[in-house]
Amino acid sequence: MEVSVTVNGTGRSADVEPRTLLVHYLRDDLGLTGTNIGCDTSSCGACTVLVDGRSAKSCTLLAAQVDGAEVTTIEGLATADGLHPMQQAFHECHALQCGYCTPGMVMAAVSLVDEYDDLDAAGVRVGLEGNLCRCTGYQNIVRAVLAASE
Amino acid sequence: MTDTMSPFAGGIVGTPRLRKEDPPLLTGESKFIDDLQLPGALWISLVRSPHAHARIDAIDASAALAVDGVVAVYTGADLEGDWAGPLPCAWPVTDDMKNPAHLPLAVGKANFAGDAVAVVVATSRYAAADGVEGVVVDYEPLEAVVDVRDAASDRLVIHEDCGTNVAYDWELTPDPDGVAAAFQDAVHHVTETYVHQRLIPAPMETRGVAVVPAPHNGDMTLYSSTQIPHVLKVMASLTLGVPEQKLRVVAPSVGGGFGCKLNVYAEELVCMTLANRHGVPVRWTETRTEASTATIQGRAQRQTIELAADADGKLTGVRATLLADMGAYLQLVGPGVPLLGAFLYHGLYDVPVYSFTCRSVFTNLTPTDAYRGAGRPEATYAIERAMDSLAVAVGVGQDEIRSRNFIPTEKFPYDSPAGLIFDSGNYQPTLDRAKELVDWDGRRAEQAERRATGSTMHLGLGISSYVEMCGLAPSRTLAALNYGAGGWESATVRILPTCKVQVVTGATPHGQGHETSWSMIVADRLGVDPDDVEVLHSDTAISPLGMDTYGSRSLSVGGTALWMATDKVVEKARAIAAHMLEASAEDLEFAGGTFTVKGSPDKEVPLAGVAFGAFTAHDLPDGMEPNLEAQVTWDPGNFVFPFGTHIAVVEVDEETGAVELVDYAAVDDCGNQINPMIVEGQLHGGIVQGVAQALWEEAIYDADGQLRSANLADYLVPSAAECIDMKLDHTVTPSPTNPMGVKGIGEAGTIASTPAVMNAVVDALRPMGITDVRMPASPMTVRRAIEAAGGAS
Repeated sequence: MEVSVTVNGTGRSADVEPRTLLVHYLRDDLGLTGTNIGCDTSSCGACTVLVDGRSAKSCTLLAAQVDGAEVTTIEGLATADGLHPMQQAFHECHALQCGYCTPGMVMAAVSLVDEYDDLDAAGVRVGLEGNLCRCTGYQNIVRAVLAASE
Repeated sequence: MTDTMSPFAGGIVGTPRLRKEDPPLLTGESKFIDDLQLPGALWISLVRSPHAHARIDAIDASAALAVDGVVAVYTGADLEGDWAGPLPCAWPVTDDMKNPAHLPLAVGKANFAGDAVAVVVATSRYAAADGVEGVVVDYEPLEAVVDVRDAASDRLVIHEDCGTNVAYDWELTPDPDGVAAAFQDAVHHVTETYVHQRLIPAPMETRGVAVVPAPHNGDMTLYSSTQIPHVLKVMASLTLGVPEQKLRVVAPSVGGGFGCKLNVYAEELVCMTLANRHGVPVRWTETRTEASTATIQGRAQRQTIELAADADGKLTGVRATLLADMGAYLQLVGPGVPLLGAFLYHGLYDVPVYSFTCRSVFTNLTPTDAYRGAGRPEATYAIERAMDSLAVAVGVGQDEIRSRNFIPTEKFPYDSPAGLIFDSGNYQPTLDRAKELVDWDGRRAEQAERRATGSTMHLGLGISSYVEMCGLAPSRTLAALNYGAGGWESATVRILPTCKVQVVTGATPHGQGHETSWSMIVADRLGVDPDDVEVLHSDTAISPLGMDTYGSRSLSVGGTALWMATDKVVEKARAIAAHMLEASAEDLEFAGGTFTVKGSPDKEVPLAGVAFGAFTAHDLPDGMEPNLEAQVTWDPGNFVFPFGTHIAVVEVDEETGAVELVDYAAVDDCGNQINPMIVEGQLHGGIVQGVAQALWEEAIYDADGQLRSANLADYLVPSAAECIDMKLDHTVTPSPTNPMGVKGIGEAGTIASTPAVMNAVVDALRPMGITDVRMPASPMTVRRAIEAAGGAS
């Protein structure tokens, strides 16, 4: 089936099997490999993207479900002027090590900051519960998200 | 507490510096294994035994072959002739170690749930997965051996040709009579038994493999999400019979390893042989469920530790015995994991006599191997838990019992009773500082207050002081331990004509920030900008020599090779500069990137001038080779021994059994620090990984050998919501065994944190008569401990 999505501001379409997951559509059909896959159970959040501005786990959606939607992936955050403030905060706070969870973590954090005013550390911790990181112990991720939320 | 002994003068090393690795990782530009675009590649998916122990009577692939997109199906028997040997175990710790043949695809019998028995080759990953559904395997299930004590009894022998489930027995008792006498004469004799549950390493990126063949010239490129491309090249060449000079191994961006990517795996060899057979690229990406069963697991030991002490609680002897679970087969370094802890069961305490014995057995479970810390967390756990028991027996505080037994600073270098030489140490300040950070006395008062008022929210304080041996490793020591390879590391420093610098390292990073730290070291010493240093790694065509990254070795071994290569290139540049300045080399000073004639500051030449002169080669000293490049392979003379003290404060809810971490302080000493930001990051992650063993994680198997926690919904890798901000500080006691005075820090957090947390949990519950809680200290486990002790119900 034909699935058409606006990805990072550009209209894209591809002919895919109906069962194709959004994350595989993005990675395998559109070549946007910045969005990673870390589990089989919607637990890790490595595949988090924005669908119509809100964070969503792209392993938990079929590509067909987002036909006509606007999707933002990690490739769509930075501009010619440089990194997105959230990416910059992750860099400055050493909030990544191996970097595998990072695209999903950053997208989830962008959505979190957008959805909530006056985030505090506890709010960030609960808000990012659906995104796992094995390297950082989260301390610097929390610091980065708070820094970017100001 | 600050460093006063750094050998660095360039102003770059020792201060935090943001990582050059970050921008590509933050933007999705980095390429992990599954990101590689390989047109025409075939995908494989493995048919895995659902049984922990079963005969394979027949395999019918006809339905699979009818699936659209499926190209071929191979069974273990089909590929048996492709292997030049079984999957390698490089650490035959004893000459008579039992090592059952471990084929990439099992033939005749599957020995753990997850053991691969057939492979489906297809044109897409979806088709390959569909094909697996169509392969019908006729299994004859056998009884599974799940418990290590059951395994050791040989009631049921798993590998018939071995005749026993015991892989090996290994002992280290330098002075048996002394040990016997110490326990004979002991005023206090503490005996404790602890269980280290099985852990799933769970890097966020699972494993993956892609093999690109060049059928007509025989070249083959193996891409793998591995920690060890160099070791893998040798091992894969041996196992498959591929000429080593034709094999290139590349580790792309690797999304964490924690030891589980320090191996040679079936899927690497299956992809290689199928790429040969089909003449096109063949690739595989592991699912998370596969990663839980087909990738090695960690820990899985039962330990008994005995302490002998005099009336004051001064240790007079330590004796440890271990029963270690190897799982179904011996993996690359699995048998050596207990040995990496074998020397450290007396911790950082001054003990005259010592004994360690280990029996390692096979079970019908996923093979075990190195997991962050590998042997040292287990050793540290045993001694640190037992020291708390000793404190209770002697009637002193947990802090006091440690202070009485720390190896005195004046005894360094310290000849350990296990036969090691601890390089340097100054332990008491780390305990003092950690106590300050958690307000030890205030917390003790709070604990007493809660107890006095009958609160059901119990406060517990737990100390863990640790020393570890890392920087693996002196090759001669490895030889003495029967390890099949060396422990050296290689580095090349190449100053390009425009005075930009290329560094080639054999220490393969997978998140540790080597590019940034290596750049800092070279930039500090050469007087160039760190951004002008490019660090090349992880590809055997670019970096042909290396022993890779594990055992907290990269900086102390690979970094030392880098230091020495930098020295070597500076010496060559000095000779050229002397020639250019018509001075003698001994009269030149090199600082800030410029050679100056001592006493004649106007006579100088910048490194850039030397670099270009070395490139044009128009006027070099007689006999000198053009260009500025130096390579060094360094074999360390000793391990390095980082140390520190961590203190955990927990709150235990007596009614629900819930344990909450409320404060955590870590004071570590890894000698001189290159990039303190990276040191702290390593500690943060390491601490949480160790806390996770204490509180959350366990590979839970049922009596049939089925893993009940085979995905991230059931296996509790902590999220941000469970974790807290940690308080970190450090002391600096440089190692005298390497020129930078550095020690490893990649595993220290994990080594220290598990016993700190469990000591805190037990401290909270001790008034109820509880002296141990099995890990992980889940609400259920804690409640059971409370009920067993006759506490509140």
